[in-house]
Amino acid sequence: MIAVGDKAPDFTLRNQDGDDVSLADYQGRKVLIVFYPMDFSPVCSDQLSIYQEVKPELAEKGVELVGISIDHPWAHKAFQEKLGIDTTLLADFEPKGEVAKAYGSWFDAGFANRTLVLVDADGTVAWTYESPSPGEFPGANVIFDALG
Amino acid sequence: MSDLGSAPVPPVGIDDHLRGAGETLIVYADLGCPHCARDWFGLNESGRHIVFRHFPVRSKHPRAPELHGAAEAAGLQGAFFEFVDSLYADRGHVDDPHLWQRAERFGLDLERFERDRRSDVVAARVRRDFESGIRAGVTGTPALFDADGLTASA
Repeated sequence: MIAVGDKAPDFTLRNQDGDDVSLADYQGRKVLIVFYPMDFSPVCSDQLSIYQEVKPELAEKGVELVGISIDHPWAHKAFQEKLGIDTTLLADFEPKGEVAKAYGSWFDAGFANRTLVLVDADGTVAWTYESPSPGEFPGANVIFDALG
Repeated sequence: MSDLGSAPVPPVGIDDHLRGAGETLIVYADLGCPHCARDWFGLNESGRHIVFRHFPVRSKHPRAPELHGAAEAAGLQGAFFEFVDSLYADRGHVDDPHLWQRAERFGLDLERFERDRRSDVVAARVRRDFESGIRAGVTGTPALFDADGLTASA
């Protein structure tokens, strides 16, 4: 997995609306990247739902939330609507998993491992978390512990 | 600013919602959650001292915040668990008119119920439980803990 202090690899991916989003767009702001296996899976649904509930508190700490999985923007759109969330979801769709691989967040079963990467305002990796398995996700408390 | 960093499950207090006697079981529950509804009555029949804590997840269950506000408002008139039981027993009737019907059935002052369930005090009470659950690492409902705050099972 990418190391704290490394420069976060830039990327450009399409979001749930089909618009290009780059890491560079977040320059000057902190962004928490949530790599997750796939839209609509039960654990991913729980994870993104819980994180949605604490988005205001993350925003108070100047942190924006972005989810990345291998799913297509159309799937992201449907997933976002199903969950009733407004978290930006980015499609690491083609080449499949390229961004997850660049961050060392790839799981050798064809999808991203469940990892968190906090990128500082200057584009360096400030904190990372890797779940013991894709079937588990860290509670939001773990994120706030890292933010201090 | 809220602090949502890790913290132990708060000990049982007099302002918790308490029911029954026996071994303490702290339950973080979402009133819109089908898994909670499935388990709720079994938990209550397990001979435990149940401590109900609010954990509404709006994005999964859009009506959850309203249901928790209604239960809390019913609690202010002494009918918290009656209201919770009725919500879990009949998940198909959770719109506002159904909440009013329950309030009437339980003999609540409807005007007060309406005022209370939308009040900042009630919202803060629900949020207090939710935040304590987040700090304890709750990631789904129902989440069960024993009196010492250790993960428990049904």
